[in-house]
Amino acid sequence: MTLSRRALLCASVLLVLPTPLLAQEKLAVVASFSILGDFVREVGGDRVSLTTLVGPDGDAHVYSPTPADAKAMAAARLVITNGLKFEGWMDRLVKSSASSAPVAEATRGIAVLKAPGGHGHEHGKKDKHGHDHSGQADPHAWQSVRNAKLYVTNIRDALIAADAAGKASYEANATAYLAKLDALDGEVKASVARIPAASRKLITSHDAFGHFARDYGIAFLAPRGISTESEASAKDVARLIKQAREQKVGAVFLENITNPRLIEQIAKESGARVGGRLYSDALSGPSGPAGTYIQMIQHNIRAIEKALVPGPA
Amino acid sequence: MGMNLYQLFLAPYVEFDFMRRALVGITALALSGAPVGVFLMLRRMSLTGDAMAHAILPGAALGYLAAGFSLPAMTLGGLAAGVIVATLAGLVARLSVLKEDASLAAFYLISLALGVAIISMKGSAVDLFHVLFGNVLALDDQVLLLLAAVTTATLVIMSVIYRPLVMECVDPGFLKSVSGMGSTVHLAFLGLAVLNLVAGFSALGTLLAVGMMMLPAATARLWTADITWLILLAIFFGMVAGYGGLTLSYHLDAGIPSGPAIILAAGGAYIASLFLGRQGGWVWRLLPGRHLRG
Repeated sequence: MTLSRRALLCASVLLVLPTPLLAQEKLAVVASFSILGDFVREVGGDRVSLTTLVGPDGDAHVYSPTPADAKAMAAARLVITNGLKFEGWMDRLVKSSASSAPVAEATRGIAVLKAPGGHGHEHGKKDKHGHDHSGQADPHAWQSVRNAKLYVTNIRDALIAADAAGKASYEANATAYLAKLDALDGEVKASVARIPAASRKLITSHDAFGHFARDYGIAFLAPRGISTESEASAKDVARLIKQAREQKVGAVFLENITNPRLIEQIAKESGARVGGRLYSDALSGPSGPAGTYIQMIQHNIRAIEKALVPGPA
Repeated sequence: MGMNLYQLFLAPYVEFDFMRRALVGITALALSGAPVGVFLMLRRMSLTGDAMAHAILPGAALGYLAAGFSLPAMTLGGLAAGVIVATLAGLVARLSVLKEDASLAAFYLISLALGVAIISMKGSAVDLFHVLFGNVLALDDQVLLLLAAVTTATLVIMSVIYRPLVMECVDPGFLKSVSGMGSTVHLAFLGLAVLNLVAGFSALGTLLAVGMMMLPAATARLWTADITWLILLAIFFGMVAGYGGLTLSYHLDAGIPSGPAIILAAGGAYIASLFLGRQGGWVWRLLPGRHLRG
């Protein structure tokens, strides 16, 4: 009995000891949600030990932090958030965890896009919407690859500021990743070019694609406001169906965090094709179709092209 | 507004399939939920519906985890959870010093916590909440069939147990003294309540499920004390609130979601009835001399 207890003690000491050593070697970074986590992993490489608060398929709009999150925050030496009021719960978490780590906003320097209630690309008639979200900055800036490159440079700079010794490594990682993002940007543009200009219109259940729409010229119409917190009114849904009928919207997409029945009803009534699922606010699990940021954008643009290019589905 | 009556009251339903489906769904719910609500009210169990609606959550969540976004799985799960909680609460009330309300409160809280825990285990709480709570604007064939089936079953079972149910409301001891029917009827009735809540919950959301049950019943009570009229009026108020709320949600620029709009319409009828109702309405009491006549 005593022997096994001693063995247990030894084992636990062994288990406990390496942790502070590791913490000194690796930079403890907290990223607020899965897409930022992917960027940090790419740029930080193995110099960084990463904690992602809102995991795959989670909704960072209305997340409520757990004690484990506060613990990770207290131990962190750098916190990376999206900013643009995407993570409303973050300020409270920083305070309650008494974290002394600097908080870096990955969207710093990004051209702010005002969130429209309907969508800016369509004609003025439906700007009479009653949503009070309009006028706030659209926080879903990562949906444009051009913005993602700014995210990456911001994250790179924040990592260097927190860990100057890793400067060379962070810069090399960032440069390599930025090249991949350039290729991705080209891929998206080529894909959009294959869709006839008149068909570049679709409906999705979550208004997260404002930045994508602006940079790539595809119109995203949404039955809901910009936040997943609000429920659609009958007026919203009716307006959307009318609009889809009048403007001959090609496709309707399910999205990974809202009620799919509503979107199926709208598709049926407007005669649009039902596309696959678009990933907007969160990556899928590692085995899913959108395990990384690059996979997410590739998945989305392929799904969009498939649904909008006319001909056999 | 410059709208004629047709545009105001009929056009939304002529033009849009989703509005017709919403109206059919909410009418079915009024038809079956309101009578159940009347008996819940008469048995002083008005808050039971709210408690049961929460108790259903872990079952629906388990159904979702097992079979994904499948209405049958979620409904069966919710139904099982509701029946288990109702039965356990009844058993504890009989076998311990606790009264039924206290044991129900205990079980529904445990159940609710369990539901939230199960949902969180999946890692994405919000995702599941959005899926679990239905939306009145998104009623597909499957959901409508479920609502219609539940309504039919409710009306049939209700008519079978109607007499003992009424007698038990008047004199709870009566059936026990005459036969062993009392607890059977009580259980069948609780089962109906759970069935209606589960259907309303996965089709329309908790707010509508409980609201369409209790508000029309309470409103009807302000107009009549006769049980037949209570049931008919409750159904009527439920349908009017459903139609009114939907139509409001369609026309209002403020963009009020349809679920809350329907419940607010039912709430408006309730508050108006507090003043105008023939049963102790405040306006009638204030009229001079009126109370001397009776």
